[in-house]
Amino acid sequence: MEGLLTVNNVWMMICTGLVFFMHLGFAFLEIGLTRQKNTINILFKNIFIITMGLLLYCLLGFNLMYPGEFNGFIGFAGFGLSSPLVDGSLDLAYSEGYTYWTDFLFQGMFAATAATIVSGAVAERMKLSAFMIFVIIYVGLVYPIAGSWKWGGGFLDEMGFYDFAGSTLVHSVGGWAALVAIWLLGARIGKFKDGKIGVFPGHSMPFATAGVLILWLGWFGFNGGSVLSADPELTSLTLVTTCLAAAAGGVASFIFSTMMYKNYDITMFLNGILGGLVGITAGADQMSPTDAVLIGAIAGVIIVLGVALIDKLRLDDPVGAVAVHLICGIWGTLAVGIFGNLASFDQFITQLIGVGCYAAICIVGAFLIFYILKVTIGIRVSKVEETEGLDQHEHGMDAYADFGLRQH
Amino acid sequence: MKKIEAIIRKSKFDETKVALHDMGVTFFSYWDVTGVGNEKEGHVYRGVSYSTADIQRRYLSIVVKDSFAQKTVDVICKTAHTGNVGDGKIFVSPIDEAYRIRTKEKGEDSLK
Repeated sequence: MEGLLTVNNVWMMICTGLVFFMHLGFAFLEIGLTRQKNTINILFKNIFIITMGLLLYCLLGFNLMYPGEFNGFIGFAGFGLSSPLVDGSLDLAYSEGYTYWTDFLFQGMFAATAATIVSGAVAERMKLSAFMIFVIIYVGLVYPIAGSWKWGGGFLDEMGFYDFAGSTLVHSVGGWAALVAIWLLGARIGKFKDGKIGVFPGHSMPFATAGVLILWLGWFGFNGGSVLSADPELTSLTLVTTCLAAAAGGVASFIFSTMMYKNYDITMFLNGILGGLVGITAGADQMSPTDAVLIGAIAGVIIVLGVALIDKLRLDDPVGAVAVHLICGIWGTLAVGIFGNLASFDQFITQLIGVGCYAAICIVGAFLIFYILKVTIGIRVSKVEETEGLDQHEHGMDAYADFGLRQH
Repeated sequence: MKKIEAIIRKSKFDETKVALHDMGVTFFSYWDVTGVGNEKEGHVYRGVSYSTADIQRRYLSIVVKDSFAQKTVDVICKTAHTGNVGDGKIFVSPIDEAYRIRTKEKGEDSLK
């Protein structure tokens, strides 16, 4: 028995490390798809999110998200961490899959992800101070309260809503905030001018590609760890569905975008992989390989249409965060009611209700935070700062000092 | 002495370099430049098509003896030519003086 716990716990700690590694993936992807002059700003935001996110999750997030017995909407088990003890040593009967400490750290790594999604969407124009305040409130309060509704055993869990690893709980939660943020923030200067859509090509495709491959690797832990033990059948099935969906998402997105736009766009290929990954996340342990390929492929097509839709709505999302995390997050959540072991009309409706509940808390939460910040300290940098680059003005540094790359 | 400045396609650089060397140009400098001209290039990025007049080219700066100038221009005109819009331009201007820093030689001797 104790041997099994040890094995399970080791797997969960490996997965924790893999999810941590995803933050590097996000950072690489975001700087790759944006301009050189804002690189330090994006790195700074990503580092702030993982460091502050962990501290906040320790201080209150963990106990807001997993309050034990509660009313189903909001509960709080007190500040800080307190390990359950039996005779003075850690209670190993806490769970069959992991210890209390692993539980905290694994969930803590997830928490910061939601804010990272927003970081990419608001890149190149949002004021750093305002973003940091947003992160503190969103990761500290909104994410864990929303999470408790399902993973903490709240009302959506009792209703039968299913979200295995967070298509909705993590990705849509970040995606909704990203959508609200880019709406309140406005587009980058020159993005929409005289009815035309401007183009700011990302400055490093090698970084973007490395970022996506790192994220894919991280997803082995994101989904694989969400089994919450090293169960041989479920973990291996989950890795298979996860990887097949990623591959199908990439291929579908590449073929569809090439057909539509007559060019081989690596950024669409990369976004398609992420779309497939986000799409499979809600039901990664419930799908057959065929289901996974279909879910991923549909997500890949959604990405191409989603990116075009966001442009059409005159919203400016430099990295495609809304299309990847929000739209594919919703698709993945609904897909649980369409494909796999749980597929049924009732399940589909339950999934729909879940999506609606998360839309409500996230839109309201993000709107209040961003709106109050907008009318108080302001959320947007000045025109000069934006044109000359956030790195020069917010940080007084050059991301590639001594390299003499082309500045634009 | 003449300075010959040529803006040519990057794809024609290697050929031009070899041809210049073969005809006796022993040294010159070059760098990558971005220019705007009549030519436009179409691109698609994330589903949005756009065109830009910003063109990437290579800039050669060659200083030669007067007697060499026309030959140099002819070689570049021949090797950097494709016949399509955007083959580039050549500018020739006089050089007042030239020095070799190591030996302090001046004039055409310093170009050897």
